[in-house]
Amino acid sequence: MAYYAKSKGQRVVDWSVHYGLLACYLFFALFPLFWLFKVAVTPTKLLYSEGIRMWPSEMTWTNFTQVMTDTDFPQFFINSAIVSGSTAFISTLIAAAAGYSFSRFHYRGKAVIIVLMLITQMFPLVMLIAPIFRILTPLGLTDSLLGLVVVYTAFNVPFATFLMQSFFDGIPKDLEEAAMIDGNTRFGALVKIIFPLTLPGIAATLGFVFTAAWSELLFALMLVSSPDAVTFPVGLLTFVSKFSVDFGQMMAAGFLALIPAAIFFFLIQRYLVQGLTAGAVKG
Amino acid sequence: MTAATDLGTHPASRQGVTSRRFLSRFEPYFYAAPAIVLLVTVMMVPLVVGLTYTVRDIRILNPFSGGYVGFAHFEAVWHDQNFHNALYNTFWWTVSSLFFQFFLGLTLALLLNRTFPGRRIIQSLVFLPWAVPAFLSGLNWAWMFNPVISPLPQWLFALGILSEPTNILSDPDLAMWGPIVANIWFGIPFFAITLLAALQSIPGEIYEAASIDGASRKQQFVSITLPFLAPTIAITLMLRTIWIANFADLIIVMTNGGPADSTQIVSSYIFTQAFRRLDFGYASAIAAVLLVLLMAYAVSIIFIRRSLLRET
Repeated sequence: MAYYAKSKGQRVVDWSVHYGLLACYLFFALFPLFWLFKVAVTPTKLLYSEGIRMWPSEMTWTNFTQVMTDTDFPQFFINSAIVSGSTAFISTLIAAAAGYSFSRFHYRGKAVIIVLMLITQMFPLVMLIAPIFRILTPLGLTDSLLGLVVVYTAFNVPFATFLMQSFFDGIPKDLEEAAMIDGNTRFGALVKIIFPLTLPGIAATLGFVFTAAWSELLFALMLVSSPDAVTFPVGLLTFVSKFSVDFGQMMAAGFLALIPAAIFFFLIQRYLVQGLTAGAVKG
Repeated sequence: MTAATDLGTHPASRQGVTSRRFLSRFEPYFYAAPAIVLLVTVMMVPLVVGLTYTVRDIRILNPFSGGYVGFAHFEAVWHDQNFHNALYNTFWWTVSSLFFQFFLGLTLALLLNRTFPGRRIIQSLVFLPWAVPAFLSGLNWAWMFNPVISPLPQWLFALGILSEPTNILSDPDLAMWGPIVANIWFGIPFFAITLLAALQSIPGEIYEAASIDGASRKQQFVSITLPFLAPTIAITLMLRTIWIANFADLIIVMTNGGPADSTQIVSSYIFTQAFRRLDFGYASAIAAVLLVLLMAYAVSIIFIRRSLLRET
């Protein structure tokens, strides 16, 4: 925009600084992840002797295969996938409905609901640990994946609703009004006309909630104790405290835990910026 | 009565109109209802229940607990040295994490708000830490600070930041910097994403007009970019402060509050009371104190912002 008026030398300096700074950010962001991978592919016997070498003199996948065959991690992985997948799906559905109602209607009590949602973003969730534990126990929802899904869905709905609302705000009202004049019900117009247009927003919300549920640790730690309902974060943490020596396997397990969240995020981060831009224009 | 009902000649059509009107009146609630039901049952009811715990003796392993204890918990909190220490730590944890997250995030957003070759791939790579689950960031950084398996302590020693290449997580004076660095790493993308979104919503013509008028880049930044970003900055800073103050995951994973309680913040202390000692009454009392402090903070920020807006 403002760069055309500059001399060539100045522009070269400008862009070198630009790329130089970005290189620093890239290094800071990626080096820890690279290191995670490096230790995971280092054979155990070289772990300490080549502890600070940039790349081990020989590489191995045994840590990964051992994690997959000798530990409970595949089970933890499946548990996490079930919990995060269902949470993402249900939260997005509920949030899309609520976001649509915020975006399209004026009604009594709307302001109260919005304030209520904002408040839930502010108070310490640790405060809910004790009461939720006491409420879920008689319902048989502690020690179960379903209990986690219910709790995570509630935690994620407020932010997801605001996100969905900003996507709906970006779509002109005339579109469904035209469809309603053509004889569709509002719900029909929503499904046929609006839904396809909000697909990027839905993808962003799904990805956001999935990552949040995938990372949740404290409630999973508190609510679940039997091994067949343990999620990945809890599994990894207990693994660390029990066998704190086997760095290779820990890092391999950690790297595996990273993959689903990273893939999801990689796909959606563009839409996330877009969605927030749509919201910013309005607000 | 509108024309529609007046024109309805036979009762059947009249009824159709009223039921449709009934429907359209309740339609918004129909869409919002699942969210409301969920929030009330899973968040609001437990919140109220949690507040009642603050005046009761609730210890899970003790069948005789459950009685009313009045303000005994709050009195204990008031005299609890560990809580004072945790409050002090919470302050430093929040302020230093937020400071670096914000300035590094803002710089990154400005860098990414230009078109240049490779921008898309660079953007998705620098945002990657946000996708790393918090527990994993914590573990990863705990490993990074371990001099046996990571070069980081050596580097910090070579740069003169550390006097010897040891694990800062086991040094009570330095341990807090471990979770803080992990939190900065994890949180830069959040500010970068939200601020980038705000930057992209600034109409390009404003800059064009300004550069035709001969405004320098610095002037443009101060008089166009910053005012446009201000509302986003205010909201994200406020929400993030509260969020970071409540964020116990990294600390629980990396140091569990140690060594010698040097990294214990209020929210990790609450978790320890609830999870390890199963003393829900006391944990809820501390949580209520934290809630009041954070609400006081939020209200005062909103108040300051309002009076600033009124002045300008």
